[in-house]
Amino acid sequence: MLQNWLTRIDKGRLRAASQTLRATAGAWHAAVRGRIARAKDRGVPLIVVLASRNLFQDRVRLITTVIGIVFSVILVSVQIGLYLGFERMVTTMIDHAEADLWIVPRGTRNFEDPSLLDDRQRFRALSIAGVAAVAPLVLGFAEWRRPDGGATPVFVVGSDPRSGALTPWNLVEGSIDALAAPSTVAVDRSYFARLGVKGLGDAGEMRDQKARIVAVTAGIRSFTTTPYVFASFDRARGYMGAPADRATYFLVRLAPDADTSAVRDRIAQNIADAEVLTTAEFRARSRSFWLFGTGAGAALFGGALLGIVVGTVIVAQTLYSSTKDHIAEFATLRAIGSSTRYIVEVILWQALLSAVVGFFLAMLVGLVIVTVTADSVLPVVMTPGLVLGLLLLTVLMCAVSAVAAIREVVRIDPATVLSR
Amino acid sequence: MSAAIIEAVDIEKTLGEGVAQVKALRGVSLTLKGGELTLLMGPSGSGKTTLLSILGCMLAPSSGTVRLHGESTASAGPEELARLRRNHVGFVFQSYHLFPTLTAIENVRLVLDVRGEHGADTRTRAADALATVGLAHKHHAFPRELSGGEQQRVAIARAIVGKASAILADEPTASLDRENGQAIMTVLAEIARNPERAVLVVSHDPRILPFADRIVRIEDGRIVSEETGLRDAVISKEPEVTSHVP
Repeated sequence: MLQNWLTRIDKGRLRAASQTLRATAGAWHAAVRGRIARAKDRGVPLIVVLASRNLFQDRVRLITTVIGIVFSVILVSVQIGLYLGFERMVTTMIDHAEADLWIVPRGTRNFEDPSLLDDRQRFRALSIAGVAAVAPLVLGFAEWRRPDGGATPVFVVGSDPRSGALTPWNLVEGSIDALAAPSTVAVDRSYFARLGVKGLGDAGEMRDQKARIVAVTAGIRSFTTTPYVFASFDRARGYMGAPADRATYFLVRLAPDADTSAVRDRIAQNIADAEVLTTAEFRARSRSFWLFGTGAGAALFGGALLGIVVGTVIVAQTLYSSTKDHIAEFATLRAIGSSTRYIVEVILWQALLSAVVGFFLAMLVGLVIVTVTADSVLPVVMTPGLVLGLLLLTVLMCAVSAVAAIREVVRIDPATVLSR
Repeated sequence: MSAAIIEAVDIEKTLGEGVAQVKALRGVSLTLKGGELTLLMGPSGSGKTTLLSILGCMLAPSSGTVRLHGESTASAGPEELARLRRNHVGFVFQSYHLFPTLTAIENVRLVLDVRGEHGADTRTRAADALATVGLAHKHHAFPRELSGGEQQRVAIARAIVGKASAILADEPTASLDRENGQAIMTVLAEIARNPERAVLVVSHDPRILPFADRIVRIEDGRIVSEETGLRDAVISKEPEVTSHVP
């Protein structure tokens, strides 16, 4: 299984990841050396020197601490990265549609919830002031018969290519205009094997109707793993067997300067058995269904929480044992008149230095994971906000880990140094 | 001799609880004056270390009063006592208690750092303190690279760098051979020549008797005798030991 997985990984991508990793590590190393040199010139605060020497004195313990932090940060970043990737994937169609408002069947829970609306609703919407255009969109499952005789389920997305309501993006071969020709479809190249095709010009069948590939996209992947097949609106209805006067959604474009809220209310008053949602509302509803209605989001957050707990426990344990080992030194600090705050700062500096070292190592590993999973069914997404959030989380986690150690040192009796 | 640096009046200290309770000090009164090296001697368990802890603001007495530069420690909490220690007291311990991960000069600077003094002049002051104890050439040596005598000199430099008015030394020669012990005592005796500094050495080592201006003997928690006027004659008797203290 592992071998299969390894052989599926693009060697070029691995090389690219390796080069990126080397370049990043080189730049980081140079930056750190520069900072150390500058800090030496300025004079590193003695409290930082003491904390770092305490930390680096016991290499085995330091490695344990850093591994704990790296493991924790990677676990959290992968879980949250998967969450972000999942969040993006479940709304990718909504994100790429050109609509100000969506008219959806009442009770629609997510984008892939293919109930049907009467086409007359579209004309009612068109008659409302402030509405510039209403484009129908039809969605539904169909069975794709492969050229080699097998079959696989697909999710058909049909819209008028001229309306631009929801046409395929990231085109790598062919053209959108070609979808206007009869019996034509667009598919993503990542699904070629599933569909039993090799590329442009190959064809399958749905409901005994030919479906010739005239456009190929890259990166339009479904989190359900069912391939998307784009077709013109009428052809899609034919592939799905949907009635001619039905559509799944109506995508409303507003006239310039139209009041979105007012138009939305007017449409809602004039149509039956349908809801009118803004794009943001439909996106939120879809995300809510897939991430929390199905429990997937809770599982990802649960994994992230587990990572935080494991990381905190490991760092707390190592910081505590390090503090116990240096207890005589902390007692000496207290004896020579150090305030509790100064001692607490020493321990917090140790925690902070551990956090920074662990975080950067984890980010290097994270970079590899992001690169390797970029074209997978569920990519791990790393945003600048997530990186910053993880850094803050790591620092916070290490600071919390220091509590037990701090409790130990604030109780030190300075007089104990006299009896040692 | 000049003004009193530390005054302890009628100090009592009870340690432990219940049947394990021990009266470590029973009405001890002692004044440490500037320009004076006081040697506190007594057998094990006589209360020497307990008295040193109380005079050094590490331990609060059960009763009696301690004044450090005229400031009473009676109602001082742990942080206030720590402030008094860092501003007025320098300690020299039997086992040196240097930080093994810090160099000699960093160990000395640490006292200034805990006082919130971080400026560039702290290096100069630490270097001066090391030069005072004859270790100008060992700034960057770690404790493991120093002999016992050299480590104790670093500890003395650490005690004097903050210009503490009271230097309290707990068995400073106990871990050293005779030659190093004599050298350390010479340094401490020189420090005690400063009229603004009082030095108290706790020891049961009779070899250091000649360095004392005053010898206080304690037994069973009570001061049993005091001798004064010994020092000047002694320094001249130890010409082989080189002192670097100005």
